[in-house]
Amino acid sequence: MNLISKIVIPLFVLFIIFYGVKKRVNVYDSFLEGAKEGLLLVFHITPTVIAMVFAVNIFLDSNFIDGMLGFLKPIFDFVNIPIDILPMALLRPISGTASLAIMNDIFIHFGPDSYIGRLASTLQGCTDTTIYVLALYFGSIKVTKTKYALPVGLFADLMGILAAFIITFIFFG
Amino acid sequence: MVNVIWVGLILIAIIYSLLTGQVDTINNGILTHATSGVNLILEMMPLIVLWTGIMKIAEKSGLLQVFAKALNPILRRLFPSLPRNHKALGYIASNIGANMLGLGSAATPFGLKAMDELQKDNPKKSEATEAMITFLVLNTGGVTLIPTTVIALRIMHGSANPTEIIITSILATAVSSISGLVLDYFIRRRKRK
Repeated sequence: MNLISKIVIPLFVLFIIFYGVKKRVNVYDSFLEGAKEGLLLVFHITPTVIAMVFAVNIFLDSNFIDGMLGFLKPIFDFVNIPIDILPMALLRPISGTASLAIMNDIFIHFGPDSYIGRLASTLQGCTDTTIYVLALYFGSIKVTKTKYALPVGLFADLMGILAAFIITFIFFG
Repeated sequence: MVNVIWVGLILIAIIYSLLTGQVDTINNGILTHATSGVNLILEMMPLIVLWTGIMKIAEKSGLLQVFAKALNPILRRLFPSLPRNHKALGYIASNIGANMLGLGSAATPFGLKAMDELQKDNPKKSEATEAMITFLVLNTGGVTLIPTTVIALRIMHGSANPTEIIITSILATAVSSISGLVLDYFIRRRKRK
């Protein structure tokens, strides 16, 4: 598995350059042109990234999610799911790094082959960080009226997270 | 909408911290987390510059268009508002392809470039178009076929069967993406009426 993911990128780059040379494109100049566009892109997304990382990080630092867990513990005990998974499910749409860090903690405490370990693995794979992606992509082109994008994105997250709980239960429960 | 979330996150963070007596934590957080953002930018910059450079070669040689054409039957249904040979389609195809393989860091530059191309023929520059929203729904659904990072971490922590979660992840991803796309489709259809 590791070999496949390691070989994909080199082959991909090789193929693009080979195809470019074959079609008599000035490969080097094209690269420079694209790289310059990329640099401008980075320049454009910098304020968005700083704004979002700042907000998400101070939110995580405040331990607000941990504070809210007390209310929900009885429900989770009732359905027999370790409450430790909840912060991860809540954070998944907000921050990929944060949910990854929680998954890592779960692996350390319960092991990757425990029920909660498998559930965490599925949760991490089931969806992307909606809020971050929306802020980044819309911020990069200065779109401020995002219309129904956020509700639809969060709806997809919710369905994915519910599906992760149900599917993990069916496969490993 | 992102505005609301941003304000919400910051208000909750500061008020909750002050109420629970974590003054030092929030003070430190405010002073240091601008740096976290800059660090993330510095981490992403080389990758973005490299991939937009390489993908420019693919664009000029026509490879991107070939790639888009291969995925055309699917893309045309998902993006009915875009003309057949729209430049953004190649980048959308590359973005989805990279995401599927679990190459998230390679997918981001393609996604940003796709948005850039979509913005070029957006009549109202501050408003999201239908195609943009469909693309983002597809993207945030995270169509991952091989969750490479998760598998790597499972191996690191000594899992007996690190890849056993691939099938559950694919199923959960499919539910997420399909429900997002279905909702997006119905919203678009209702608007037309």
